Amino acid sequence: MLNLLWLVPFMPLAGFLILTASEGRLPRAYVPWIGAGSVGLSAALAASLAFELLALAPEARVFRQTLWHWMAAGDFGVDFAFYLDALSLNMLLVVTGVGFLIHVYSAGYMADDPSMARFFAYMNLFVFAMLILVLADNLPLLYLGWEGVGLCSYLLIGFWYEKPENGYAARKAFVVTRVGDTAMALGLFLMFSQLGTLDIQEAMARASTQWPAGSALPTAAALLLLGGAVGKSAQLPLQVWLPDAMAGPTPISALIHAATMVTAGVYLIARTHALFALAPEVQTLVAAIGAITLLMSGFSALTQTDIKRILAYSTISQIGYMFLALGVGAWSAAIFHLTTHAFFKALLFLGAGAVILSLHHEQDIFRMGGLRRSLPLVFWTFIVGLAALVALPFTSGYYSKHEILLSAYGSGAAGPWLWAAGTAGAILTGLYSTRLLLVAFFGTERTQAHSHYGSNIGVPLVVLAILSLAGGLAKLPLFPALPETGTEETGGSIGLATTAAPFLGVAIGYLVYRTGTASAEALLQLPGAETLRRLWFSGWGMDWVYDRLFVFPFIALARLNKGDAVDRLYQGIVALTRLGHCMLVPTQTGQLRRYAAGMLFGAALILALGVWS
Amino acid sequence: MILLWLILVPFIGGLLSLPARRWRDYAPRWLALAALAVDAVLVLTLFADTGAAPKTDWLAQVDWAWIPRFGIRFHLALDGLSLLLVGLTVFLGFAAVLCSWTEIRERQGFFHFNLLWTLAGVIGVFLALDLFLFFFFWEVMLIPMYLLIGIWGHENRAYAAMKFFIFTQVSGLLMLIAILALVFLHYQTTRSLSFDYFELLEADLYPGAARWIMLGFFVAFTVKLPAIPFHTWLPDAHTQAPTGGSVLLAGVLLKTGAYGLLRFVIPLFPGAAQDFAPVAMTLGAVSILYAAKLAFAQTDIKRLIAYTSISHMGFVLLGVFAGNAQALQGAVMTMLAHGVSAAALFMVAGALQERLHTRDMDKMGGLWTLAPRIGAITLFFSVAALGMPGLGNFVGEFLVLLGSFRVDTAITAFAAIGLILAPVYALYVMQRAFHGPASPCEVRDFGIREMGMMLCLIAATAWMGLHPQSMLAYTDARVNGLTRTLAQRGP
Repeated sequence: MLNLLWLVPFMPLAGFLILTASEGRLPRAYVPWIGAGSVGLSAALAASLAFELLALAPEARVFRQTLWHWMAAGDFGVDFAFYLDALSLNMLLVVTGVGFLIHVYSAGYMADDPSMARFFAYMNLFVFAMLILVLADNLPLLYLGWEGVGLCSYLLIGFWYEKPENGYAARKAFVVTRVGDTAMALGLFLMFSQLGTLDIQEAMARASTQWPAGSALPTAAALLLLGGAVGKSAQLPLQVWLPDAMAGPTPISALIHAATMVTAGVYLIARTHALFALAPEVQTLVAAIGAITLLMSGFSALTQTDIKRILAYSTISQIGYMFLALGVGAWSAAIFHLTTHAFFKALLFLGAGAVILSLHHEQDIFRMGGLRRSLPLVFWTFIVGLAALVALPFTSGYYSKHEILLSAYGSGAAGPWLWAAGTAGAILTGLYSTRLLLVAFFGTERTQAHSHYGSNIGVPLVVLAILSLAGGLAKLPLFPALPETGTEETGGSIGLATTAAPFLGVAIGYLVYRTGTASAEALLQLPGAETLRRLWFSGWGMDWVYDRLFVFPFIALARLNKGDAVDRLYQGIVALTRLGHCMLVPTQTGQLRRYAAGMLFGAALILALGVWS
Repeated sequence: MILLWLILVPFIGGLLSLPARRWRDYAPRWLALAALAVDAVLVLTLFADTGAAPKTDWLAQVDWAWIPRFGIRFHLALDGLSLLLVGLTVFLGFAAVLCSWTEIRERQGFFHFNLLWTLAGVIGVFLALDLFLFFFFWEVMLIPMYLLIGIWGHENRAYAAMKFFIFTQVSGLLMLIAILALVFLHYQTTRSLSFDYFELLEADLYPGAARWIMLGFFVAFTVKLPAIPFHTWLPDAHTQAPTGGSVLLAGVLLKTGAYGLLRFVIPLFPGAAQDFAPVAMTLGAVSILYAAKLAFAQTDIKRLIAYTSISHMGFVLLGVFAGNAQALQGAVMTMLAHGVSAAALFMVAGALQERLHTRDMDKMGGLWTLAPRIGAITLFFSVAALGMPGLGNFVGEFLVLLGSFRVDTAITAFAAIGLILAPVYALYVMQRAFHGPASPCEVRDFGIREMGMMLCLIAATAWMGLHPQSMLAYTDARVNGLTRTLAQRGP
């Protein structure tokens, strides 16, 4: 049975190939069946593989499958090979399971789009690439999946290509993440040149024996890999692409920019945790990046008006929690939060998509209102999603976030600070979630909603809502793929404060937005509040800075040298030749005496040279 | 003998296509296809004879006396490297003929004569192991290409053709001087006059002479490659050439420069080449970035693709002079993969020009709606060009950087910035030409002939990306030989 592992990624690939080869001529009714069906088969297969793998003893839960010899040169060689252990199994289930639900949902969401086949083709390609990423046995193959998901992200953000701004957002996402990817590639080169292998398990083993902890080499390698992780996972300083990525159709935001692809960085760090454990400074940096990112994007989420951008900043913030967990060595807590976040954030995005569809592509929450009555199913599932996001007790998000915050508290000297940042972030999460809920779903109806969604939108919402509630109970055992981190019992007051923080956020949010937006506008009248709002709204102005630091100079330089300055050199030679030509032309007068005089003079000169030299 | 026929078939095919035009208008192109088909059969027999991985260095040889007085021989030989490159040449030869199918309407006989003679010259270059013979073929491929650009080119063809000719000719002269110097120095020490590759490999040069002669070869080959600062002929030539000419230029002719570096510069002057490596690697890295930046600035789609060629050839230069097994294999892979992807992109650009009568991307936009097949194919090759793993170009660039990182970390890190710039220009092409609102005109999408051709190129690119080992195995022996030479005779 485990031998069928290769079929899990290749099923969606087959779907992609069929949909592409049909060139959109396939009857529309068949397209979702191929698109969602291929991922559904993968999900079913993944589930049966999970049963088989989990039936084994924990130490035996490893399966390798080599498909073919990929490339070799000198002492370098990698295979096209998959590696299944508890960690990749967890990812496999999230990607195929949540992916399948989103595919089903897309069948309803994209039902009227003329390019539905192209949409499902890209989606299937994405799932294929993501599965390669999580199953890869070696780093170059992981990089294949890594770049593949980036490509699909580009294709799907710019799916509605008629609008140039969508294309801009798509290219921004690709190029910004490519900056991180290039760092990661250099990390791979460094690891190969020092360790002599790029097989993940082998490289980790060699690193642990060859590199002393805290020395320069593991620090450099971990830093470079971290560069790739912050790019893909939209963390500081490369988080700028994710809010704009919301230009794509909403199922894409759910699948790629919330549930799966953006967590690739978290997966990468967890996969190479042995290396990060050798670089304590880098690990501290990971935690710091997580803490700062979760706070910054929490504030940004507070000021957004576009429902998808609120969720986008919330995603950045939640991945910040995962980075925080990775930074303090709570590896399995990070993966746990990754899993629960996939459930509830997919749910929230899909709910937002249903809202947007019902309001004819209205995304401004201040033009919504009163949706509680017109879209009851969306309302109730959305509440479940928000409760999990806020981490109210007994939801899945509570278990995972609680584990992270307690691990952060107990992680040495910086622990309490990291905990404080995470808890402050939890207050912020409560605040912006309540704002979103009260403004969009309560109050007066500002736009007429037409609930035109069928069961293929409703069913995924309900299933995801159940997972968001109960997902906290179904925690896959990740040992021995990830080391056990004993969460030592922290004092009751810390646990209590951690649990209470979201309630505080919700309470503040309720007080401010209970009666509409009047009190929020009153708050903005305070001195400096408007400036702060603008700063947060623009994502702390980082786009502005990057534009001036990199984009504008590059464009200016490119314009300046459009004609290629090097060619001037050759044009100069041409000009010199021409000049010489022009100077010599007057000597050709046609007068015999001048020629005779010239010959005589020349002969005399040569003779003279011969005599004197 | 099969090697001789490889060259003679396109040679004769070219001669026959001159009178064939008088019989039927379409006869020359069918004749060209037939000649290429014969060559393809020959190449396939060679592949079949070799098996999956060559066991010996040289797979086939032809060695006859030609001008015994000067020690000049008619010496052809084929190893895994030349086999792959000859295969690429024939493969892209088909592409060049097929993409000129409707574009070339005037003087078809002479056009196909030039096309086939260029191919014959290129194949000769890849096979010749006598330096005089090599120089002969080097010139043979130049003049028909000059005519292709000069006669069937676009608006500024005379200037471009002349520029191409002068650059190549001056560099060819440098090479001739270098060849003669090498031969005479060899004669002084051994008293035997020979242009033979194997004999000259044993030449014992004092380091100063080796350096200067190496530089002569190096400049000749980097003009052809091209690399900064010898690249400025290329944007003009590629832009002005007819589509078939651009396909051959980008796909095959540039590779003769890289081939020369691998075949002659490194084995003949291992020590001098190693001393020179930091400079050459820097030139490669600068080429990658400088040309990528220039590509981004262009509005003429062919000019843009031309600059991307320079950028990708920078990886080849970097890889050849990094000189370890990964980097050398990567350079070979980049040659093959770039040959296919650049040829495909030039064919797209040619198809667009045939349909829209412009190459200016500011006048395009929204073409995806009108011609989704052209859009999808451009997308595929843009993505290949920006180094997407799973496609051929990635394998080449990855191996080059992997290898060169071991040699020089700083230059490699600098060159890796090219990985960031590649999507900047490649995706900008998609945006300007294919995305955005559709214009209300009619554009004919690719038909069966064009799709068939493109699918072959797509299959080749994907094959090189997913199973590069099937190619790398052919050059493995040669690359190991080169690394051994560098290790033994290096400083």
